[in-house]
Amino acid sequence: MSAPTPHQARDLAASRSHGPHTSMFLRMLVRAAVLRRGRAISALFAMGVAAAVATAMLNLYVDVQAKLRREFRNYGANIILVGKNGDSLPADALAQVDSVVAGHGIAAPFEMIVARTAEGQPIVVAGTDFNRVRQLDKWWSVNQWPTNVPTSRAQDAREMENPALVGVRAMAVVSPKGLPFDLSFHGRRLTVVPTGTVQTGAAEDSRIYLSLADFVAWTGVQPSTIEVAASGSPEDVVGMMKRLGQAIPAAQVRPVRQIMEGEARVLGKTRATLLAAVALIILTASLCVLSTLMGWVFDRRRDFAIMKALGASTRLLNGFFAAEAAALGATGAILGFLAGVGIAAWIGRVNFHATVVPRLSVLPVVLAGSIAVTLLSAILPISLLGRIEPSVILRGE
Amino acid sequence: MFVRLVYESFRRQKRRKLLAGTAIALGVTVTTAMIAVATDIGDKINRELRTIGANLVVTPQDDSLDVEIGGVNLKPPSDGTYLSEADLPKIKGIFWHNNITGFAPILPVTVSVEHSGKREDVTLLGTYFSKRLSYGTDQFTTGVRSTDPWWRIEGAWPDDNSQDVLIGERLAQRLGEKAGETLTVAGRTLHVSGILSAGGAEDGQIVAPLSLAQQILGKPGAVRRVFVSALTKPEDAFARRDPKSMSGDVYDRWYCSPYPQSIALQLTEAIPHSRAEQIRQVAQNEGAVLTRIEGLIFLITLAALLASALAVSAAMATAIFERRAEVGLMKALGAGRLAVASVFFAEAALLALMGGIMGFAVGSWLAHQIGHSIFNSNISIPPVLLPVILAIAVIVTFAGSAAAIRKAVNLDPVFALRGEL
Repeated sequence: MSAPTPHQARDLAASRSHGPHTSMFLRMLVRAAVLRRGRAISALFAMGVAAAVATAMLNLYVDVQAKLRREFRNYGANIILVGKNGDSLPADALAQVDSVVAGHGIAAPFEMIVARTAEGQPIVVAGTDFNRVRQLDKWWSVNQWPTNVPTSRAQDAREMENPALVGVRAMAVVSPKGLPFDLSFHGRRLTVVPTGTVQTGAAEDSRIYLSLADFVAWTGVQPSTIEVAASGSPEDVVGMMKRLGQAIPAAQVRPVRQIMEGEARVLGKTRATLLAAVALIILTASLCVLSTLMGWVFDRRRDFAIMKALGASTRLLNGFFAAEAAALGATGAILGFLAGVGIAAWIGRVNFHATVVPRLSVLPVVLAGSIAVTLLSAILPISLLGRIEPSVILRGE
Repeated sequence: MFVRLVYESFRRQKRRKLLAGTAIALGVTVTTAMIAVATDIGDKINRELRTIGANLVVTPQDDSLDVEIGGVNLKPPSDGTYLSEADLPKIKGIFWHNNITGFAPILPVTVSVEHSGKREDVTLLGTYFSKRLSYGTDQFTTGVRSTDPWWRIEGAWPDDNSQDVLIGERLAQRLGEKAGETLTVAGRTLHVSGILSAGGAEDGQIVAPLSLAQQILGKPGAVRRVFVSALTKPEDAFARRDPKSMSGDVYDRWYCSPYPQSIALQLTEAIPHSRAEQIRQVAQNEGAVLTRIEGLIFLITLAALLASALAVSAAMATAIFERRAEVGLMKALGAGRLAVASVFFAEAALLALMGGIMGFAVGSWLAHQIGHSIFNSNISIPPVLLPVILAIAVIVTFAGSAAAIRKAVNLDPVFALRGEL
C-alpha cells in the first residue's frame, strides 16, 4: 500500500471534521460504564430493583380490583329477574338470559310452591337446575348433589324417580331416615327420593329442591324467578341489567343492593389502602435511585473536570451527564419492568391462585418515572460541580 | 478520641449526615406506616364486610318448619315456639361481646290489609330499628339500622316505642300508600313514617317496631329469630371440629377464637332454648375475601420493607463511599482497619437511632392519617413496635453500610494522600 497523497489526506481530514460527533459521544458514554463496571452495575441494580418494585405494585393496583370482584361473585346473585305482577317468566326467558350474560356470569331459574306432606304438613318445594345452582350458590353445604333427570325419563309415571335435595330442617320432618316420601300439590301426588341434604343457615334449610323438569311436570308452574351473578364492575352490572330488561320485557330486573353496596364499600377501601401503600413504596424506591445516582455522578467529578478543562461547554457537559443518567434509567427501567411483571405474576399465583395479566400500560409510566428520577438525581450534583473550578477537582480537593 | 471523632464527624459534616439521616428516617417512616396498616387492616376490612349483612342467626331450639315464600309467611301463627325478648341483652354478655357489632330480632306476623275493596294477607315484620338496650352497666344501641345498612328510607325511621311503621316500596305501590299517611291493619290505625327500599323480601312487607308486632300477635316478649352481626375469624379445619369432642385445653383454644362456630355456641349459652348457626352465604364468603385482602397487604408490606431496606443501604453506601479520602487519611495516620470501621459503624448506629425515632413518629402520624381518611377510625400503633423498628433500623443501616465500609477500609491510603480519590 502506498502512502496517502496530499489530496487524499485533505479529503480525509475534511470528512472527519464534518463527521457526526455522536460517535465520540456514544463512545465516551459506553466506555464510562465499562471502565467503572462495579459502580455502573450497582447503579443499574438499584435502578432495576426500584423499577421492578414500582412495576409490580402498579400492576397489582390495576389488577386487584378484578381479582377481588371475582371473590365477591361467590356471594351469589347480584341481579334478580321476576315476572311482572307475580306472573311466570316466558318459557324462553332462561335462554334469553344466557345469551345476554354470555360468559360474564351465571344464571339459575327458581320457582316455589307450597305442597303438603303425607301428614298434611305444609312445606315449601322449589324447582331449579341443580348444575346451575351448584355454580351460583357455592356456599350451599350439600353432601350429595342429585343429577338432573332428563324429561324423557320422567315420563313413565310408574318408574318416576324424583331425586331431591332436602334442607336439613325439612329432612327431620319429612324423612328422618332418608327414605322416599310423598308430597301432594293440588291433588297431584309425587314420590320424592332424598338424594342429599343442603344446609345454608337460611330459608333453604326448610325447603325441598327438585329438578326443574320434575317440578314443572308435577306442578305445571313455570319458573317466575331467575337469579344472575353478573361479573364485572358496577357499571358492567348496570349495563347487563339494562340489556336483560330489553331482552325480556315481561321481566322486572332488580339489583341485589345488599351485595352490590357491600362489595363497592369493601373494594373502595381496599383500593384506597393499596394506593397509599403503592405511593409510599414508589417514593422509597425513588429515594433509593436518587441516592445511588447522586453518588455515581459525584464519583465522575474528575471526568467532569477533565472535560471542562479540555474546553467542553456547560451545555455539552450537562447533556452528556444527563444522557448518561437517562440511559442508565431507561436500561434499569426495562430490566426492572420485566422483573416486576414476574414478581406481580408470582404474587398473583401465591395470593389469588390466578394469573396476573402483565399490564403493558404500566411500562410507559415506569419508564417515564425512572428517567425523570434519574435526570433529577443527576441535575443536582452536576449543577453543584459546575460551580467549582475544574482545577480544584483535579487537584483532589 | 473515639467519641471525639464521632462527635466532630457529626458537627462538621452536617449536610452529609442530614442527607443520610433523612434517607433512614424516610425508610423507617414507610416501614412503620406499612406495618401499622398491615396489622390493623384485617380488623378494618372485617368491619366493612359487616355491611353485607348478619352472619349468624339464632332460632328457637324446638322450632317447627318455616313455610315462607318471597317474604310471605304461610305458617299458622299458633305454630312454632318463640325466643324471649328479655334474653336478648345477654348477647352483650358473651365472651366475644366486643365482636358483636349489632343484632336485630325478627317477629313476622301475618295481617290482612284492605285495598281496592279486596283483603290481602301481608307480612308485618316486627324488629328493632335503633333500640337502646342496657346490659349490666353497658348501654348500647342496636337494630336493623346496624345490621342492614343498605336499607333506604323515604321519610323517617319509626321510633322503637311508637306505633309508626314502614311500608316496603312494592307493597306501598300496590296499596297506593305514601309516607305520612295512615294504614289500617288488624283493627289498628298505624301511621306510615316512611317507605322502605331494601332490595329484598322486605319491599313487600310492613316493617314495624317489635313491640307493635307483639301486640298484634298477642304474644308479648316473643321473638321468632335474631340476626346477629359479628366480627369473625375465617373458618378453618380447627373451627369445624365438634366442640363436644375436644378436651379442656383444646376446647379453651377453640372457644377463645372468634370462629363463627364458637360465637354461635356462646349465643346459645346466652339465650336459653335456642340454636345458633352461621348464615353461610355471608359467613363463608367473608372469610375468603378477608384472607385474600390480608394476604395481599402482607405481601405489599414485605415489598415496602424491602424497598426501605434498599433505600437505606443505598444512601449509607453512597455517604460512606464519598468519604474514602477521609478513611485513607485515618489509615495513613496509623489507625487500624478495625478502628476506622468502628468509627463508621458508630456513626451509622447513631444515625439509625435518630432517623429511626424521627421516622417512627412520622410513620405513626402517617398511619393515623391513612386510617382516618380511608376507614374513619384509628389505626392502633402497639408501643412494642418502637424498639422493634429501631432494632430493624440499626440492623439494616449496619448491613447497608457494611459492604461500603469494608471496601473503604481496604483501600490503600496512598491514593487518598495523592488525591486520586
